[in-house]
Amino acid sequence: MSFLSLTNIAKSFGPRSILHNINLSLAEGEFVSIVGASASGKTTLVKIASGLIQPDSGTVTVGGQSVAGFVAEAGMVFQNYSLLPWLSALENVRLAVEPAFPQWTKAQHTAQAIKYLEMVGLGKAVRKTPAQLSGGMRQRVAIARAFAAEPRILFLDEPFGALDALTRATLQQELATLCGAAGRPVTTLMITNSVEEAILLSDRIHALGRGPGATLSPGFTVELSRPRSAGLLMHDTEAVSLRHRLAEFLTSGAIAPALVKEVA
Amino acid sequence: MKKTLVSILLSLVGIVLVLGLWSAISAKIAPDLPSPSKTWEDSALYVTKPWEKRGEMDQGIGLMTAYSLLRVAKGFALALLIGTPLGFLLGSSPLFFRMFDPTIQILRPISPLAWLPLGLILFRQSEPAALFTIALCSMWPTVVNTMQGVRAIPQDYHNVAKVLRLSPWRKFTKIMLPATLPFMFSGYRLSLGIAWLVIVAAEMLTGTPGVGGFLWQEYNSLIYSHILLCILTIGIVGFFLDRLMGFAEARLRAV
Ligand SMILES: Nc1ncnc2c1ncn2[C@@H]1O[C@H](COP(=O)(O)OP(=O)(O)O)[C@@H](O)[C@H]1O
Ligand SMILES: [Mg+2]
Repeated sequence: MSFLSLTNIAKSFGPRSILHNINLSLAEGEFVSIVGASASGKTTLVKIASGLIQPDSGTVTVGGQSVAGFVAEAGMVFQNYSLLPWLSALENVRLAVEPAFPQWTKAQHTAQAIKYLEMVGLGKAVRKTPAQLSGGMRQRVAIARAFAAEPRILFLDEPFGALDALTRATLQQELATLCGAAGRPVTTLMITNSVEEAILLSDRIHALGRGPGATLSPGFTVELSRPRSAGLLMHDTEAVSLRHRLAEFLTSGAIAPALVKEVA
Repeated sequence: MKKTLVSILLSLVGIVLVLGLWSAISAKIAPDLPSPSKTWEDSALYVTKPWEKRGEMDQGIGLMTAYSLLRVAKGFALALLIGTPLGFLLGSSPLFFRMFDPTIQILRPISPLAWLPLGLILFRQSEPAALFTIALCSMWPTVVNTMQGVRAIPQDYHNVAKVLRLSPWRKFTKIMLPATLPFMFSGYRLSLGIAWLVIVAAEMLTGTPGVGGFLWQEYNSLIYSHILLCILTIGIVGFFLDRLMGFAEARLRAV
């Protein structure tokens, strides 16, 4: 049933406890978001979930197997894009395609990279380097890079965090389309600081409390049919009530254990 | 535009002042020091016919410079060939760093004058001994800068390599090398400067034809004007070499 699962995860940096008693489990194909304030440990959590860093205690498993190193057949979109500035958009994406499809020819690698760059609307900018692209375009390259390897699991760390509201809305829709168009179950764990973004894209939402020793709230299931539009979310009673409950959760400061029980 | 004109004028003023000081010293204080005009008179043949070969140690300044540059190029190439991989190893392996850093710190300040006799003992010939000395003295900035460049690679790029599952070779060519390149070039520039400094010492002690060898020979033949000719040549060539590397470095940083 559960495909990706984190059990009793704890992590400290030196004397500072960042995460504490984190339990999370994603079914195959599920889109789960984690909302939290900045510096609450979201990046740390997604790095642990993906196997990029080791937790101090607790286990991460994918398909029942415990994780060692970055999860197989997974992709990641980093908070700061992390494109390689000396490579063009095309080369950046192709770098991800090549190891994912080692049996392909060079022409097939290029075709795959271009296909995904076109899907995010960058068909005309494939030769540009990141420095020649706007923030939104860089973020699109990063998303194309993650999708072009056709991963089974996607880790998205504030994929739109650095963008203006308009670009953000456009890219949110594009991401929803990409996820829908994959034609196979893609299990996605997204980190975000925007409740609206989480509601727009997710099946389930957890809030991460403020550190130190942040814990995860119980999940809020998003019972809204897809496709969802940002406009609809403003008026839909279910969406509005969900937004209120989550906002309350996040603004109540540290998620006290008592409060967690009450909401659950 | 106006600004560059002013700085060119100012640097000319500076040169004239130094020439004046030089004339004054040779006229009033040190009679053995040839004056600028005397230096030019004695050197004109070497400067106006730079490619003329009249004897083994009596050649135009162009030829002498070319010999020295070729020697420096070989020694410098050797320094890069050894220094760059060494820098990568030190930068990427903490174990390797802890093992060899103390040794390198001890080898770094050793003067070319100390290495050269050792080179002569090892190779029994002046040319390889000179190259050995140039390489050993000039490779340290390359080693240290490359090492720092590798260390400065952001953790994010290492994570990208993990996420994209790059093979070690692809990680090296697509991430490590391009990320380190600007640092490497700063090292190369400093190394070339040192290689050019060392050439004089190497040629003096080995008596090989080149600007340094010529300088030493003319000192022994009491033709002091030619010492000044060599000194000026060394300075000007060194300046252009540094500019050349600076240009290459700027091009790299612009990418
Ligand atoms: N490698 C590290 N070493 C020490 N402290 C770290 C490290 N990574 C993150 N932190 C600290 O942990 C806290 C949570 O960081 P992070 O997970 O990046 O938060 P978020 O993504 O929610 O903004 C921050 O205070 C940060 O300074
Ligand atoms: Mg973060």
